[in-house]
Amino acid sequence: MTFDPRIADAVARLPDYLGSHVLVSLTALALGIAVSFPLALASARRRALRAILLAATSIVQTIPGLALLALFYPLLLGVSALSERTLGTGFSALGFIPAVLALTLYSMLPVLRNTITGLTGIDPAVNEAALGVGMTRGQSLMMVELPLAVPVIMAGIRTAAVWVIGTATLSTPIGQTSLGNYIFSGLQTQNWVFVLFGCVAAAVLAIVVDQLLALVESGTRNRKRARVAAGGIGLGLVLLGALVPTFSRPGATTIIGSKPFGEQYVLAALIQQRLQAAGLAAARRDGLGSSVILSALAAGEIDIYVDYSGTIWANAMHRTAAASPDEVLEGVTGWLEQQHGIKLLGKLGFENAYALAMPRHRAEALGTSSIDELARYASRLSIAGDYEFFARPEWAAIRDSYHLAFREQRQMQAEFMYTAVAAGDIDVIAAYTSDARIAQYDLVVLADPKHAIPPYDAILLVSPRRATDRALLDALHPLVGAIDVTLMREANLRGTGSAGASPEAAARWLWSEIERMGTNKRSSRSQVDAGR
Amino acid sequence: MTQAATVIRFEGISKVFAGGHHPALDRVSLAVGKGEFLALVGASGSGKTTLLRLINRLTEPSSGSVRVEGADVREVDPVKLRRGIGYVFQGIGLFPHMTVAENIAITPKLLGWDNLRTATRIDEMLDLVRLDRAHHRNRFPHELSGGERQRVGVARALAAQPGIILMDEPFGALDPPTRDVLQQDYRRLHDELGLTTVMITHDTLEAVLLADRILVLQAGRVVADGPPHALLTSEQSAYVRDLMQMPRRQAERLQTLMDGRPAP
Repeated sequence: MTFDPRIADAVARLPDYLGSHVLVSLTALALGIAVSFPLALASARRRALRAILLAATSIVQTIPGLALLALFYPLLLGVSALSERTLGTGFSALGFIPAVLALTLYSMLPVLRNTITGLTGIDPAVNEAALGVGMTRGQSLMMVELPLAVPVIMAGIRTAAVWVIGTATLSTPIGQTSLGNYIFSGLQTQNWVFVLFGCVAAAVLAIVVDQLLALVESGTRNRKRARVAAGGIGLGLVLLGALVPTFSRPGATTIIGSKPFGEQYVLAALIQQRLQAAGLAAARRDGLGSSVILSALAAGEIDIYVDYSGTIWANAMHRTAAASPDEVLEGVTGWLEQQHGIKLLGKLGFENAYALAMPRHRAEALGTSSIDELARYASRLSIAGDYEFFARPEWAAIRDSYHLAFREQRQMQAEFMYTAVAAGDIDVIAAYTSDARIAQYDLVVLADPKHAIPPYDAILLVSPRRATDRALLDALHPLVGAIDVTLMREANLRGTGSAGASPEAAARWLWSEIERMGTNKRSSRSQVDAGR
Repeated sequence: MTQAATVIRFEGISKVFAGGHHPALDRVSLAVGKGEFLALVGASGSGKTTLLRLINRLTEPSSGSVRVEGADVREVDPVKLRRGIGYVFQGIGLFPHMTVAENIAITPKLLGWDNLRTATRIDEMLDLVRLDRAHHRNRFPHELSGGERQRVGVARALAAQPGIILMDEPFGALDPPTRDVLQQDYRRLHDELGLTTVMITHDTLEAVLLADRILVLQAGRVVADGPPHALLTSEQSAYVRDLMQMPRRQAERLQTLMDGRPAP
């Protein structure tokens, strides 16, 4: 019997992902309890304070988990910059701290609400008796009210634990490694084994922690010290098991970022392999939100990532005028250097542009080969783009240049967009030009005669902190100009979908191709690198 | 009882609750002597419970003063005061998460008694209220019958050797045979231990049979105050006459039956 190699891959990543997940969620839970418990005690006898606290935590609960996590990044970036200016030391606004803070807020409502409910729900006759036998308020709380409220309070803590462990899977886009890494990268690379593995692992963790807390609770209620101890030791072991791989991991000196889509995973894996081959320790922060990643690089949270010239041109520099690829590249290089001290090491050699695409037979039936011609039929057609496309300035530019008005606009997971357009559920999609699925699904890319879409050269960016690091730059240099679009499309195809496909395997294949071509074309340069 | 030392004294006590239209207590003055068994009777809302709670400062008066064993209660730490006064609560008020022994030991524990003295006291108390040491000691309140629970309530009130016992309808929820036994048992304890007892009851017959003295409250005022015999026989207001009518009529009917004559 043979196993799907993706399972072995998933298992190999488990200690790292699970460890980080346990650490971030249990820290948040402990912090949430430490904050909400005293608040609940203080407000149990104060009606106004209670109302305010419960309303505030309920509002936090209505914010979607992903948004709450994302909001903490810019907030902390500001706080960090301020503390750097005033106190001279900043802190990492990416990853652990924002994830813990957001999850802490998330865990507060059940703990707060159940503690208050438990304390206010006690039979008034029992409270009266506590005072009547001569207890002080404090003694009444410690000897009578809290012991009686324990089951309700523990139920709140258990709810909070399950919520936090579930929501922690969403901390991947802000740079916190978690079981969500399986889910996010699995979704992007159509690795359903990963998605399922991540879900099951998170569910199992939630159930284990919940049951250990239940053991502590039943032990407290029935006065079985052994049960309380067993539950406590169990939780301790879970935490310890999580910490061992986290702390035994060698301190990574170079951190490679990637945005949440397949090509980025392949390129991040390629960079990591190159750095490791050069003897440099390297770790990855995969699946960072595209609005987070540039500021993370500027702040030195990550050291390297691949972006696209047009993205920075339109989104960060807010340029709308049409420009040639060279003008864009020159503008972007200068702007990154002056504004952030970021070094643009060079172009990788391919472009991954947004482009409007539709199935070949549909395009032929309509007689359209450019966006210009498409505009006439747009009112009868539907268009789909990824989650950010319709909010990006590039879409505004295309729409306004060609006066496009589609019947319907839909946002969807990029992976599903291609199958939807091939199946005829959607007429036009905003595709990526380096995506092999354009050929795979026999789509045609519509021409952009007005140059509304800027050029999107893939560019290698290095953080200000490492901009002059010779060893790092030398290790990366062989990648500059080495990947053309055909090669990238093939690598993207190899990185996703089928069994055995993984970004790492695709990256290894890509490097073997680069080396092969290098020895053919640029033998001298490659010799120097190989000999290092 | 005038020759006995006064243990509890109310002087011109009035109590008005926030939002209340009428005072819960209206200029009440009262002296309870050592060893007295005083029953408080009156309709719901007549001020019985307020009067009782003023004694251990679970309620503060709006005006007037309360003195317990000579000291103005306002000058005594309420927590210390309550530890020195036994309280048997309406609806018992045992702590549901504590065993019988732990419930009984609560006030001694608060007073900082050592373990040996407390353990000895628990056994004494179980004997006193006629519960079985081995069988009841480690039970939880929900495992007991109503009568057993009330015995534990009395034992808890007596555990720290108080001189004063306050009882708020202690036997109201019990079935008649159990109630009768407990009433007799408590009266015996009252006499043996030389306690001063103030008991609220809705049951005039219970007041008549158990107490040395009955205080009738109506709308926050004392409308009658005297030994049961006096309240049953002497000239009284219409309200008190009606209140005392019931036990008297029951007694007369019983007498008729026992004499073998047909009921009137």
